[in-house]
Amino acid sequence: MSGPETSLDRGSAAPLRVVLVDDHRLFRSGVRAEIGERVDVVGEAGDVDEAIAVIHHVRPDVVLLDVHLPGGGGRAVLDACTPDLPDVRFLALSVSDAADDVIGVVRGGARGYVTKAISADDLVDAIRRVADGDAVFSPRLAGFVLDAFSSGATDAGDEALDSLSPREREVMRLIARGYTYREVAKDLVLSVKTVETHVSSVLRKLQLSNRHELARWAAAHRVV
Amino acid sequence: MDHPPSLPPRVRRARRGRVLGGVCRGIAHHLGWPVEATRVGFVLLTFAGGFGLVLYAAYWAWLPVEPADPGAPDDEESQGRDLAGVIGLGALAVGIVLLLSARGIEVTGSWSVPLLLVGVGVAVLWRQSDDSRRAELLADVGASARATTRTAVRRSVPRVLLGLALVLLGTLGVLASQGDLTASLRGLAAALLALAGLGLVLLPFVLGWWRDLATERRARIRSEERAEIAAQVHDSVLQTLTLIQRSAHDPDEVVRLARTEERALRRWLYTPVGDPGATLVAALESEIADVEAAYACAVELVHVGDVARDDRVDALVAAAREAVVNAAKHAGGTVQVYVECGETGVELFVRDRGTGFDPDAVPADRLGLRESVVARMARVGGTARVRSEPGEGTEVSLALAAPLGVRSWT
Repeated sequence: MSGPETSLDRGSAAPLRVVLVDDHRLFRSGVRAEIGERVDVVGEAGDVDEAIAVIHHVRPDVVLLDVHLPGGGGRAVLDACTPDLPDVRFLALSVSDAADDVIGVVRGGARGYVTKAISADDLVDAIRRVADGDAVFSPRLAGFVLDAFSSGATDAGDEALDSLSPREREVMRLIARGYTYREVAKDLVLSVKTVETHVSSVLRKLQLSNRHELARWAAAHRVV
Repeated sequence: MDHPPSLPPRVRRARRGRVLGGVCRGIAHHLGWPVEATRVGFVLLTFAGGFGLVLYAAYWAWLPVEPADPGAPDDEESQGRDLAGVIGLGALAVGIVLLLSARGIEVTGSWSVPLLLVGVGVAVLWRQSDDSRRAELLADVGASARATTRTAVRRSVPRVLLGLALVLLGTLGVLASQGDLTASLRGLAAALLALAGLGLVLLPFVLGWWRDLATERRARIRSEERAEIAAQVHDSVLQTLTLIQRSAHDPDEVVRLARTEERALRRWLYTPVGDPGATLVAALESEIADVEAAYACAVELVHVGDVARDDRVDALVAAAREAVVNAAKHAGGTVQVYVECGETGVELFVRDRGTGFDPDAVPADRLGLRESVVARMARVGGTARVRSEPGEGTEVSLALAAPLGVRSWT
């Protein structure tokens, strides 16, 4: 997400407890230096096994999860942790922002997706959002969602899961154009909370839909 | 395959436009003669005691085939090629018979027909080994050619069997005509048995040798890939790192270098090889890369769908470029570009996070936007809208209505 957005209204007394999972130590220390004052970095891990152990041990609020990780990738961490620890939220980080990465981790249970080029302010904001149970969509993820849900016709699947509502589509388009949630809310004359609800609903559809295009795409890219 | 210019080019058998082994065409090409001349020459030489035939066979056996030209369709693929080959082989066989009778050797004898069969079988087998060598050459060209090799192998099996059957039949015939058939059959059975035994003994060696060959080839492919990556890294990443060290005092320049290099590397890693400039998105990507390099800014492009380029799409790309340049110059930071192609047309948004401005009080330097973007879009029947509020950044929306030949992006 872009644009610093104050989340003081949602800020709780204790700082959020965060675990960093990335195989580049340099990147971890960089992130720690940037956000360490505003969140509590309680653990770090450099590969899949280490990450699973650390997350189970410290039970953080949010895990910053690198998509490309030795030992099976971020997806393996998600698969090992989400069943046991439903309260731990995952925010995926990647350098590439390739659709493969995005869809893989989101369908694996990540609540958001940002690129490593994100600014410290935006990252802290995204962590808070994910901790609150909201979804964090980068413009490219929104673009991908629009692409995957673009054609109107669906198979005999769950109609509610397999298509976006007109409002959700509008929200996605604005996010793809680079709008922050606040700007989306202003443009559509909605509250920020409603925008967040729409985005979360889109995330749920992205995770659960067996929509033909999505399934075919995912199968073609071997992410399911 | 390239040769250093100092080396004289080798004679190679032609791959295209050949009748038999490509010997005549190859030599003609080498000497710069018309192919008919060498063909007639070989025929004439044949009357000189069969010398032409022997020479042709020798050339066929020893001259290497010219390397495949990936762009050109091989004769093997064209229809009727096999027929021409059969006719050529038949002509060769008739030639041999005529030659032998001219030399006073009895060819109408009972053994001449089986001998002919042997000859044809050998010819088929030889042509086969030609083709598998071709497949091998192709396999060197790229990894995707491995499938080609497999197809070639599958296609070659019936021909090898045919060749072997012909040789076997011919041999049997010769033996039968020479003496009593049962004795020769017994002899043949003994020979086959001996061959089978020998095969069993040699099998482990052959298998080991084959495995070594495969391993060696895999290793070679891998080392070639590594060499390519090394070359790419050297040409781009290492150069850029050097440049970055040298311009460490100039943050803008460092960002620009890093961004340009990142983009180039990404394209090299992730973009499938293909036509790069045929669509709207491809054109936008290249324009954006240009602007990023020129103005040291970051531009993110998100697209839904894509369309083929035409004059109107090109105008849209040019207008978008102007809008991005404007955002880069006046706003800085990340410029967000979103393009959506649907059945009704194309919509394109350029959003920046600058200070914004009051559109009603357009400063002089923003006049460029009006001219280059709005007027340009109007000329191709599109629309352009600029929305900006002080403190909110600026968004330029461009729209172009169908028909634009929409096709989905996969």
